[in-house]
Amino acid sequence: MKKWMQFLVLITSITSASVLLASGGEGGGSQMPPVTNAKWKAECGSCHMLYHPGLLPERSWNKMMAGLDKHFGENASLDAATRDEITRFLALNSADKQDNRRSSRINQSIPASATPLRISETRYFISKHDEVSASTFKRKSIGSAANCVACHKGAEKGDFSESQVKIPR
Amino acid sequence: MRNSIILAALLFSINAFATTPQVLLKQYEVQAKQENPAFTGFSAERGAIFFRAERTHSDGKKVSCSTCHTSDPRNQGKTRANKVIEPLAPSVNPQRLTDAAKVEKWFGRNCRDVLERACTAQEKGDYIQYLVNLK
Ligand code: HEC
Ligand code: HEC
Ligand code: HEC
Repeated sequence: MKKWMQFLVLITSITSASVLLASGGEGGGSQMPPVTNAKWKAECGSCHMLYHPGLLPERSWNKMMAGLDKHFGENASLDAATRDEITRFLALNSADKQDNRRSSRINQSIPASATPLRISETRYFISKHDEVSASTFKRKSIGSAANCVACHKGAEKGDFSESQVKIPR
Repeated sequence: MRNSIILAALLFSINAFATTPQVLLKQYEVQAKQENPAFTGFSAERGAIFFRAERTHSDGKKVSCSTCHTSDPRNQGKTRANKVIEPLAPSVNPQRLTDAAKVEKWFGRNCRDVLERACTAQEKGDYIQYLVNLK
């Protein structure tokens, strides 16, 4: 192996080890572990908050990434190389690949025959927000149910713990 | 050897798109002359009108560039998903108009979104001239 490749492998293993530690040791923590990719951050965080890959199964991400030219009424298309890199990143960290309780529950709440594009339409999301009214989601400070970060400060890092929830006026 | 090739490639790819508003204006001028032999130059006034012009989209909604960017490019705007858009005017946001690929990407998306067609080089240049002139 070339020296620089060894170095890359070393860095990668250190990073994945610390991700494992952060999620509570043996993997399988209750929160989704923070994940990141520079292209994803730049391209998927300009119109809205970054949605953690562990919020939807791989088939949902694949479908979404194949239709970026008509993305919820907007054109979010990317060049092929960028799109493919982001698709791989999303797939690798998707709800059916993640070993944490939150992602498993989301995944289990989606029927095998369904491929939802909205997290906010999954059964898991609906049951967790049954006490939040439609008019609350429409507040000017929030906008819609899709704007998780308005109420969950740590949403972009995958932290949706109850202790962090605060609904703005 | 290999390292230096990688380093060189990296530096090149970072610099490949780095630009300034003035360089962008030159590039759009070349294109505008190709699109229209009678081209006479860019106009900040036309750019300002273009930015605020409201039209009815085929989905029935009224749209303009200022729907998201507000009527003053020195202000923060907001996306449809309620995320803040930093100001477009380089005088208040120096990062704007410094990445040619980014500028083209957003012209591509935003023009289709508002006008349901691509913008012409004349429109892009007028608009950049307007942004640059804002103090
Ligand atoms: C050009 C703007 C734009 C870009 C770029 C963009 N999106 Fe979106 N996205 C939207 C809009 C608009 C919505 C709908 C928001 C709403 O309903 O409030 C949306 C919604 C979503 C939702 C559904 C949220 C929910 O649960 O309701 C997901 C997931 C999503 N986007 C992922 C992505 C990913 C992944 C990328 C990067 C490849 C991306 N978006 C890039 C505009 C964009
Ligand atoms: C209007 C504010 C608001 C928005 C927007 C919002 N949530 Fe929530 N969320 C809440 C409230 C309130 C709870 C319930 C907290 C509790 O049970 O104490 C909650 C609970 C949750 C929980 C369960 C927490 C737990 O550990 O039991 C998850 C997961 C969650 N939300 C994810 C999301 C996602 C993903 C989005 C965006 C697609 C989102 N939320 C958008 C207010 C919001
Ligand atoms: C639906 C909302 C929306 C509309 C309408 C819209 N834009 Fe944008 N625009 C954005 C977003 C989001 C960005 C990316 C912001 C970021 O990366 O900080 C952007 C970025 C840009 C940029 C990139 C500037 C840079 O160098 O970073 C330009 C230029 C631009 N818009 C021009 C326009 C023009 C011209 C119109 C009208 C034809 C328009 N926009 C309409 C949402 C919109």
